[in-house]
Amino acid sequence: MPAASGAGTTGIAERVAGGRVSDRVGDSATRPDGAQKTRGEFAFSSDLWMDAMLWGKTLRSPHVAARILSIDTEPALAVPGVRAVVTAADVPGRPTFGLEVADQPVFASDTVRYHGEPIAAVAADHPEAARTAAEAIVVRYEPVDPLVDPEVALGAAPIHPDGNVFRHLVIRHGDTSATGDVVVEGDYEVGMQDQAFLGPESGLAVPSEDGGVDLYVATQWLHADRDQIAASLGLPPDRVRLYLAGVGGAFGGREDVSLQIHLCMLAMRTGRPVKMVYARDESFFGHVHRHPARMWYRHHATRDGDLVKVEARIVIDGGAYLSSSNAVISNAACFAAGPYRVPNASIEGYAVRTNNPPCGAMRGFGAVQACYGHEAQMDKLAAALSMDPVELRVRNALERYDRLVTGQLLTGAVPVREVIRAAAAHPLPPPPDPAAPMMALPGGAGATADPVHVRRGVGFAVSMKNVAYSEGFDDFSTARLRLDAGVDGEAVATVTIATAEVGQGFVTLAQQIVHEELGVSRVVLAPANTVDVGSAGSSSASRQTWMSGGALQLACATLRAELVVRAAELWECAAAQCAFDAGAVVHQPTGGRLSTLELLAPAPLETEQEYHHRPTKALDADGQGDAHVSFMFAAHRAVVDVDPELGLVRMVQVATGQDVGRALNPVQVAGQIEGGIAQGVGLAVMEEIVVSGGRVRNPSFTDYLLPTTLDMPDVVATVVEEPEPDAPYGAKGVGEPPTISSGPAVLAAIRAATGLPVTRAPVRPEDLALAWPEVDTA
Amino acid sequence: MPPDGDHVGAGPAAERGAPAAGAEAEAYVQADRYELHVNGSRMAVEDAWLGESLLFVLRERLGLPGSKNACEQGECGSCSILLDGVVVCSCLVLAVDAIGSAVETVEGLSATAEVADIQAALVDAGGVQCGFCTPGFVVAVHDLLRRSPDAGEMEVREALSGNLCRCTGYGRILEAVRSVQRSRARAAGAGGS
Repeated sequence: MPAASGAGTTGIAERVAGGRVSDRVGDSATRPDGAQKTRGEFAFSSDLWMDAMLWGKTLRSPHVAARILSIDTEPALAVPGVRAVVTAADVPGRPTFGLEVADQPVFASDTVRYHGEPIAAVAADHPEAARTAAEAIVVRYEPVDPLVDPEVALGAAPIHPDGNVFRHLVIRHGDTSATGDVVVEGDYEVGMQDQAFLGPESGLAVPSEDGGVDLYVATQWLHADRDQIAASLGLPPDRVRLYLAGVGGAFGGREDVSLQIHLCMLAMRTGRPVKMVYARDESFFGHVHRHPARMWYRHHATRDGDLVKVEARIVIDGGAYLSSSNAVISNAACFAAGPYRVPNASIEGYAVRTNNPPCGAMRGFGAVQACYGHEAQMDKLAAALSMDPVELRVRNALERYDRLVTGQLLTGAVPVREVIRAAAAHPLPPPPDPAAPMMALPGGAGATADPVHVRRGVGFAVSMKNVAYSEGFDDFSTARLRLDAGVDGEAVATVTIATAEVGQGFVTLAQQIVHEELGVSRVVLAPANTVDVGSAGSSSASRQTWMSGGALQLACATLRAELVVRAAELWECAAAQCAFDAGAVVHQPTGGRLSTLELLAPAPLETEQEYHHRPTKALDADGQGDAHVSFMFAAHRAVVDVDPELGLVRMVQVATGQDVGRALNPVQVAGQIEGGIAQGVGLAVMEEIVVSGGRVRNPSFTDYLLPTTLDMPDVVATVVEEPEPDAPYGAKGVGEPPTISSGPAVLAAIRAATGLPVTRAPVRPEDLALAWPEVDTA
Repeated sequence: MPPDGDHVGAGPAAERGAPAAGAEAEAYVQADRYELHVNGSRMAVEDAWLGESLLFVLRERLGLPGSKNACEQGECGSCSILLDGVVVCSCLVLAVDAIGSAVETVEGLSATAEVADIQAALVDAGGVQCGFCTPGFVVAVHDLLRRSPDAGEMEVREALSGNLCRCTGYGRILEAVRSVQRSRARAAGAGGS
């Protein structure tokens, strides 16, 4: 196959062990902020502090759906130490905000649409005073019946002026009446997952003398926040200045505005700096989550195992407000069939408004939910055909120049077979040891599992997802680069870029790129803000390596060309006779050299460059169109031990093959793969925001379980490096694919171990134990 | 959190009756000046509310924000410190209960050479991403390795299972621990020969 040319397949452990030759692109350079972070000296947004600062606190609705009859803030103002209380009546500008459409109130004014919706905010001298005051606000509610079932919401009276259907997307491809010799069908469900970043939402707002506000905040996209805040404050955008404060993880949960507008309102009202830090329970109410999904699938194939048609209906629950639901359902529908050649398709996607918590971006973004469906179907199909599930996937794997169900021709790297083979090639772990210590059994320290009952299962899943933004969005990033002759005889590069470093390691990569392109190893990263540089777009959709990496590479190339021009002027020759080489410009006819430092002596050089990816197109009425710029592929093989009587699962190993284009920093790639798999495994077996009747039942780390060191299995990974033609350095993103098919592989492994259908993620103990027919009464 | 009837928590007065003026006043009983013994120094805490956790006092009153506030419920280990030499979640300790005890934070440990190799290994192995859990891991790994320098895989995993990391999936952190164990064993071997 043509895609195989130039592909390298390497175990990530070997790539990492290859060591740190230098800090250039392709090396395992270490984080510039790493040492500070280990010493507790790195300033996260919750660490900010100013003299005379106040503390903010939000009052949230205890009701899922209600009319607000009155709000009395007087009792709050009477609490000692309270400086201000603000409500919807105090919003100076646009009363609503939103990433795509401003459909979410800054504070609920007359209608509550979800449990925990903000009603008011308080600023006080002490956090306890702020908390007491928020409690003292008297709100009279008239509760109404909440609309919590997305299927019901589709046909119910609208709970918002914009209606209950965010988006209905239909994909019709090929002959939608085609049928196959073998047909398998199934219903699947995915629960609501939380990003659970460890650094809580927090920030510090400082009123400025020009009547504007400076906000130091942890976010994924400074400029998008800035625009929404300015609109609600009724200020021109340049009077709202955002500065990135240290971000303690994001994973999509910081793409939407949370406390930003509240905090700025309090600062402007009091004329004093105000700090707000969500406690963990409030964090669960304060940001959007991964959409729960219900999916129906029917796959058709020939007797030989070639896919003929995929039919699907996917309904995602967007909760009370839009957030990014439109893009999430687009991904779910576009990738509903998975990374397979599907000549005919009929796919319907709905994103629906309900009174459940608002849902939006989380790592994998729509592709995760669909993957649980299409991969369970591939296993069903393999069983119906009596084929090996891995071979069925290989047989149907997409290749370059195939078309997606959206009609898009795949012109980039499509190493689907390679990632499948790589994941399958890892040696399996040794079989369960009857003498294994209790900690190595399902249930671990709970000491409940009987080794006799433990069954081993192995499952496989494959996935695809788009890189960056799609459907015609003009996606870009901006980088400023300045080169100075440093005082100590070394050139210094200063990078100013608004890219949110959320932990992914863009700060490392930025230094590597400058070193690679200009031979300059002293790289200063200026603080990210909205004042000094244009937008970098969001740190989401696995896009910053490509987009901000691309902008920085472009800025480096621009200054390299200017260095050549300077040299040519000095040599009084044509620029074409000069070339940049390893930190110097070479006069090719004579071999004469002028170092970057010498060329910078007269004056520094500076440039600002925008990088846009290739334009994409909207989907037409049949869901057809070149909507995406590039695709990432991954395969996962999970090994689990299950005690089905107790419904307990222990992860034993996850093996993966991942298409990365090119690994620009292998140790960081390994970290993304392992960390992404942890979130995928978490969704498969333990992570769920339990919502009943619209109420969030488990907003804490005591009740919302995250994988610990005892839950995470060994991860063995292989990166497939086939450079992506359009991408800077050939690199695709790496952040999302590990989170997509890892979970579906776990469910497949549990099905293999138990023979139970297991159609819902996360798999709860009762899903297995109550379905388990063989109860050992001995 | 917004209460739902099942949980006890901060809730709107309309549901629970407005707090009495006396209750408000009670919330602001300020302490007499007290002293904590932190990182080898006596540190004065002035006019603090008695309800403040040790984590809050360290972070907001004593200028030591290295201990982190991820869950404030004792589940995540981000606020791990040593209290009289024992690892505790400082979010679960009332600050005034720490009077008379020796408090060691990540800042204090960092000022000594004791954890330098752990810190370097975490950075080199890629065990640091967003870094919010990192100070807690430094404290927990330090505590483990001084108690059990040769801890095996399962003991290491168990010892660190009270520290949540959402970024790394722990692979790079566990690799850092192994690398510290190897280098310390080598150093001990060299010193002993």
